[in-house]
Amino acid sequence: MSGITGREGTFHSLRNREYGTQVVAGVTPGKGGQDVEGIPVFDTFHAAVLETGANTAMIFVPPRFAADSILEAEDAGVELIIAITEGIPAHDELRVFNTLKKNGRSRLIGPNCPGILSPGKANVGIIPAAFFSEGNVGVVSRSGTLTYQIGNVVAQSGFGNSSIVGIGGDPVPGTDFIDVIAMFQDDPDTELIVMCGEIGGDAEERAADFIAANVTKPVVAYIAGFTAPPGKTMGHAGAIVSGSHGTAKAKAEALESKGIRVGRTPTEVAELAVSLLGAARSASSLA
Amino acid sequence: MDLLEYQGKQLFARHGVPVPAGRHATSVEEAVFAAEEIGFPCVIKAQVQIGGRGKAGGIKLAKDRDEAREHAEAILGMDIRGLTVHELWIEAASEIASEYYASVIFDRSAKAPLVMLSTKGGMDIEEVAAGDPEAIARLHVDPLLGFQDFHGRRLAFEAGVDSDVVRPVGVMLAKLYEMFVAEEATLVEVNPLIVTPGSASDGGGREVRALDAKVTLDDNALFRHPDNAQLRDPSKEDPQERMAKERGLTYVKLDGDIGILGNGAGLVMSTLDVVAEAGGSPANFLDAGGGSKAEAITNAVEVILSNPKVKAVLFNIFGGITRCDEVARGLIEAFHQINPQVPFVVRLDGTNDEEGRRLLAEANLPNVRTESTMDGAARKVVELATATPAAASAA
Repeated sequence: MSGITGREGTFHSLRNREYGTQVVAGVTPGKGGQDVEGIPVFDTFHAAVLETGANTAMIFVPPRFAADSILEAEDAGVELIIAITEGIPAHDELRVFNTLKKNGRSRLIGPNCPGILSPGKANVGIIPAAFFSEGNVGVVSRSGTLTYQIGNVVAQSGFGNSSIVGIGGDPVPGTDFIDVIAMFQDDPDTELIVMCGEIGGDAEERAADFIAANVTKPVVAYIAGFTAPPGKTMGHAGAIVSGSHGTAKAKAEALESKGIRVGRTPTEVAELAVSLLGAARSASSLA
Repeated sequence: MDLLEYQGKQLFARHGVPVPAGRHATSVEEAVFAAEEIGFPCVIKAQVQIGGRGKAGGIKLAKDRDEAREHAEAILGMDIRGLTVHELWIEAASEIASEYYASVIFDRSAKAPLVMLSTKGGMDIEEVAAGDPEAIARLHVDPLLGFQDFHGRRLAFEAGVDSDVVRPVGVMLAKLYEMFVAEEATLVEVNPLIVTPGSASDGGGREVRALDAKVTLDDNALFRHPDNAQLRDPSKEDPQERMAKERGLTYVKLDGDIGILGNGAGLVMSTLDVVAEAGGSPANFLDAGGGSKAEAITNAVEVILSNPKVKAVLFNIFGGITRCDEVARGLIEAFHQINPQVPFVVRLDGTNDEEGRRLLAEANLPNVRTESTMDGAARKVVELATATPAAASAA
């Protein structure tokens, strides 16, 4: 946990540990040798990895230090880096993305994301685990709170989630829809995939093509931002309609043209997912 | 942050991109003085961030002092497609032999800067791209390597620029790229990039120059660029948006009459959609953020109600880090402080939602009703906004 000694960093590190995640080390330069409720703190990622064998990093430092912290984690050999920090400069993200791609040894989730939760297994990040139960719906999303909304309806209907992956609302996410959807396709615990997109960029359109060509599991999608005016950033740095590009309508149409169901509201998405799973259940119990 | 033309050109000049000599003016007197300093003929240009300034009469050539005065008087205060002109840029007139187009764009899809060059400048580049895509030379640059001389040559040859300006065009592209990186821009666009006819005095050598500038800077990087953070566009400043910014809230003003508050950008965007789907028209986007405390909620209510068009307000909270009881306390405090006169619909779900609803029930606020689902809350607020006559909202 990079930034473990900060107020939010401490709070979420302990929450993740309480959930069952093995939180073995914190990193805060200058505070090496201290501990946070028994979690040892190191000055560098290199020392933390060497001493504890950590293979996953959570980045919780302020935006101006975050790119450096991600690059340090990568340099120390951490395989999975989850960056929660919001507000990292776009050119920093570009440098980080291209460095990680060139070296090819770490995967970055985020930045500006809520993290990953696999109910009943582990939680790295800030997703409130209480609203999700174990199950077979894989969710990948650019938005945190929308995921909670959908996961909650799924749980209330008696179903649950295999994993919830927040890829973040920034213009240069380390991991894209396609990467996560490909993993869900290969994941034996995932029966159905929910993809939760929003305005800006063309990641949803590219995902639509990928799903049509490679995914056999059912996919239900949601797109936020139908009413967003062009040229205004809607909260997330990546959520902006530039000219005629990145509109919700174009994204929904791209998905629907490939036969992917798009719910009009988050509740409808959850209900679609539940009815598809329910139908599959009763079909298999009849067989 | 989108810059005005003159702000972009000042950055160009700082990075060695050739631009005509120019001066900034906010009054007729300043404009006339600037025109005399620059010499005639000169061009008086309205500084607003919108296309079609020339067609709207916002760009005029002045041959002498009287014309400069006349044009400055006409353009200052002019309305160009909804934007009022508060600022002018007075610039030396350029002779034009050819008009090209050049840009550096933050291509989020390719995750690399994209440099584009075309000899079809002076017109809408999206139209060129649609009608004649071959006319635009494009090249992605590896951000870890940076822009090399060969990139510039390749673009210039592939775009088919006149052979005598291959070198200066390549140099200009290199400088635009350097500025894109140094100022942490997400867009640097020059349209038109002009080639001058050349003059006998300098041996007939033709020059290239940026005649317009469209620059967008990354807001998240402004902390590293304090000078850029000071740049302002008075024609775009909105009182509610400024108030929200001062209070650290993410607020975007929209055209409708239903005030919206939620937590998390995705959920708020989705709330706007669900309200529109129910037949309503949102007045704003407001993300109170994760972990919102009561004070942030009180502030947010003030910002929402400072827009006089608001006839009803919807709170849509799914508490993760945000605690619903804190949201309820903030709303109760807001009612004590500003006594809103418009109806509120509050949907609280998630962390401590029961406690939040209990607090609201106990406070028994006038005009506040709770709903348990997002869709139901949207329908309710639309119904209330439709029933409420347009009137001043906050007391």
